[in-house]
Amino acid sequence: MEKKYSVVGARLPMLDAGEKVKGAARFTDDIVLPGMLHGKILRSPFPHAKILNIDTSKAEKLIGVKGVITGRDIPDVPYGIVPKAKDEFALAKIKVRHVGEAVVAVCATDPEIAEEALDLIKVEYEQLPGVFDPLDAIKEGAPLVHDNTPNNISASIHKSFGEGEKAFDDCDLVFDNTFYSQAVNHAPLEPHAAVAQFDPLKGEMVIWSSTQIPFFLRRNISTTILIPESKIRVIKPRVGGGFGQKIDMFSKDFCACWFARQTGRPVKFLYDREEIFVATRQRHPMYVRVKTGMKKDGTIHAQRFWAHADGGAYNSTAPLMITLSCYFLMVPYRVPNLVYEGYHVYTNKPVGGAMRGHGIPQARFAVERQLDMIAVEMGIDPAELRIKNSLHAHEPHPGGFIINTCGFSESVEKAAEAIGWREKRGKLPYGRGVGMGGASFPSGVSNMSHLASGAVVQLGQDGAVTLLTGAADIGQGAETVIAQIVAEELGVRLEDIRVTAADTGITPLDAGTFGSGVTVRAGNAALEAATSLKKKLFEFVAKEMEANPLDLVARDRLIYVKGSPDKGMPLMEAIKRYRYADLPMPIVGRGSWMAPASEPTTLLNEEGNFAPNYSFMTQAAEVEIDFDTGKVKVVKMVTAHDCGTPINPLLVEGQLEGSIMGGIGHALYENVITEKGQVMNPSFLDYGFPTAMEMPEMEGISIETDDPVGPFGAKESGEGTQLAPAPAIVNAIYDAIGVNFMELPITPEKILKALEENKRSEKPRS
Amino acid sequence: MKQAINLNVNGDTYELLVAPNLTLLEVLREKIGLMGTKRGCDLGACGACTVLVDGEAYLSCIMLAVDAVGKNITTIEGLSHEGELHPLQRSFIDNGGLQCGFCTPGMILTAKAVLDEDPSPTEESLKKKLAGNLCRCTGYKKVLDSVMDVAGQSSKEG
Repeated sequence: MEKKYSVVGARLPMLDAGEKVKGAARFTDDIVLPGMLHGKILRSPFPHAKILNIDTSKAEKLIGVKGVITGRDIPDVPYGIVPKAKDEFALAKIKVRHVGEAVVAVCATDPEIAEEALDLIKVEYEQLPGVFDPLDAIKEGAPLVHDNTPNNISASIHKSFGEGEKAFDDCDLVFDNTFYSQAVNHAPLEPHAAVAQFDPLKGEMVIWSSTQIPFFLRRNISTTILIPESKIRVIKPRVGGGFGQKIDMFSKDFCACWFARQTGRPVKFLYDREEIFVATRQRHPMYVRVKTGMKKDGTIHAQRFWAHADGGAYNSTAPLMITLSCYFLMVPYRVPNLVYEGYHVYTNKPVGGAMRGHGIPQARFAVERQLDMIAVEMGIDPAELRIKNSLHAHEPHPGGFIINTCGFSESVEKAAEAIGWREKRGKLPYGRGVGMGGASFPSGVSNMSHLASGAVVQLGQDGAVTLLTGAADIGQGAETVIAQIVAEELGVRLEDIRVTAADTGITPLDAGTFGSGVTVRAGNAALEAATSLKKKLFEFVAKEMEANPLDLVARDRLIYVKGSPDKGMPLMEAIKRYRYADLPMPIVGRGSWMAPASEPTTLLNEEGNFAPNYSFMTQAAEVEIDFDTGKVKVVKMVTAHDCGTPINPLLVEGQLEGSIMGGIGHALYENVITEKGQVMNPSFLDYGFPTAMEMPEMEGISIETDDPVGPFGAKESGEGTQLAPAPAIVNAIYDAIGVNFMELPITPEKILKALEENKRSEKPRS
Repeated sequence: MKQAINLNVNGDTYELLVAPNLTLLEVLREKIGLMGTKRGCDLGACGACTVLVDGEAYLSCIMLAVDAVGKNITTIEGLSHEGELHPLQRSFIDNGGLQCGFCTPGMILTAKAVLDEDPSPTEESLKKKLAGNLCRCTGYKKVLDSVMDVAGQSSKEG
């Protein structure tokens, strides 16, 4: 049988793989401009303090220093990623709220001179009492991180679905547990950087930045530095990983632009690894209490959540994060009655932000762990419990989600089979075990402002296609996937596509890389653009071939009537005839796409379909405990995954495999440790995320569904798979040693202590 | 106090005036303009800055440039010859052994040093030898596949 598609579904290397292996891929720090200055930032040594005085006079006199600014010098306009939650300034104005907050910025002819200038700056502080835990921060009388935010609650959500609280009256069994998920740093290998250049004659700014969202960055620069958006061009070079940490604007972006305008010279800012730990973003530490009401037959009837996210000193994505955390408790299981009370709380700590999964890994950990505890208590197999409560396509949803395709229950079955669930669960020797976790994720969040994508596709005389897309490839391969979509639609090969992406001066508007929306949103925009181009070409070719344009097919550089490829016209011939017919070249197609919005959702206020479509997955882990060291070895991890139709299975696998290592780090190793707001392990030597040594055997199983909304049936991939590995591992640890861990990470110390207690209580099964 | 030194990088000799505290990484990137060597942590902890010094893998962020005098330094730019990619580079492309590409130059150079020493390593020994090169994107599987693929080829040839 002929393959359905020729480019979509193919295991193709990334378009930029060649430049990456040659070291020729250009990242922000690789940009060097003539006369470029280097910036550095003086940061707060205190978690909470009033700024009394700043003396920069000595620094200003140092030879080579070209600019010094403090919070007093910059406009009084806060910025932030969510319009209604803007609370941050590039440089602290009245007080500092966390260790590492930016206070003074300097630029100089050389980075060492800039560093020396920082030493010459005297800042007088009056220290204030700090608050370091969200549960302390909400108490009456706790120090206020922001004076205008009572109880330090900067965002909250209280939602009730179905019968709400009342539904617990109809439950046979009720379980109530509290879980904690720790602070995790995204740790992209590429440090954050920005280079800005200003044209004083035109008043135009160009900034190259390691950003995930060029268009949001443009907006935030515009509003804070007071230059119209149209005069700011944000260019995203290659980005060395983001995982959510490069969504926000940072001091380096603002200060590079400020100094570029002030000095008339290009300016570069580059963060060091410690700055990335203390002054960018981390996954929110979060307490999640879950009360679950079950029916005797193992049906989930009601759930009640209390969540407290440690937001650190600023909001970043606060309202969105706490909302996602709530709504995604209604997938992948059927929860007919749900009450969620969630708080994003300020503390004097590093700032929480979107990190791969964005508020959901924490909630998922709680739910997936508790499901296993319920299964044991009720004598039901955890896999069966998950299948029993699985959502299915087209069923009514309490949150108004429209689920057109859902491979969840199948993913449980497949993952169980691949890990050897029947033979192993409860049957392996003491110290070894298997566990699983399930999850679902949106392919981009619908219906928030600006969440649309545009694309322009142009067919040239040599048969090559140029594609303009605003989508931000941060290493996941977005440009390749979008190019595959265009190549498939136009019937050309991937190497025929030239991509220009993520440059606000050239490419159409795009919402950027977050919420796993790129493939569906930017992919659909590019598909629409390619379709409109193809229509123009086909109308002409149909006349030449005396055929109906609707019967034509373009594939492998050939246009033909469906079913008769032997009588086709080569694309080059079609282009030649098009030109010779005196029709205008180039042939251009445009597309703009936004998720269908029949029921507008505004997240915090109204229900409705949350995302264009939803991925589903189950991960199953096998672990082995070392009794001497307390180390947990993940032996194998299976991912059974419904991402619709994978556009590029090679890249999808890469996403799954990367998520597994992220999950192992989340479950076992990673923790940004703070003492009174000071990060104690802000380096790769002390922080420690998984290396090749920790890599388990990995197996990926694709459960293909053909989603009607996604381009060629695609759904998100790579973010949903980050949700369940951690609970799967912790559930496997329960199977191995019979201990229910409720707080991440599960360090060797915790394991050794648990093994000791097992010995004392003689609890272990034989 | 700057010193005049000659550095041999990718077969070319560079005459440089450098402060004695400059690292090899800084000299490669900032003085010579070879940007393929990456700065990930400046602490010798991530491996992104790996270069070959007389064929062995070194972390250029914790090696002084003055200590590299008289040695043959190979950066990622020196790995392909006359436009021909090295088999490891080809293999990383074909096997999807990279995502963002920031760790890739260091990863490939470490792999080269490993294979030069032991052309047919087991996957376990390879894991140990690549453990100093951090990758946050790939989960390492396709990185190992990329290297093992080349190891397999050379052992087949040998």
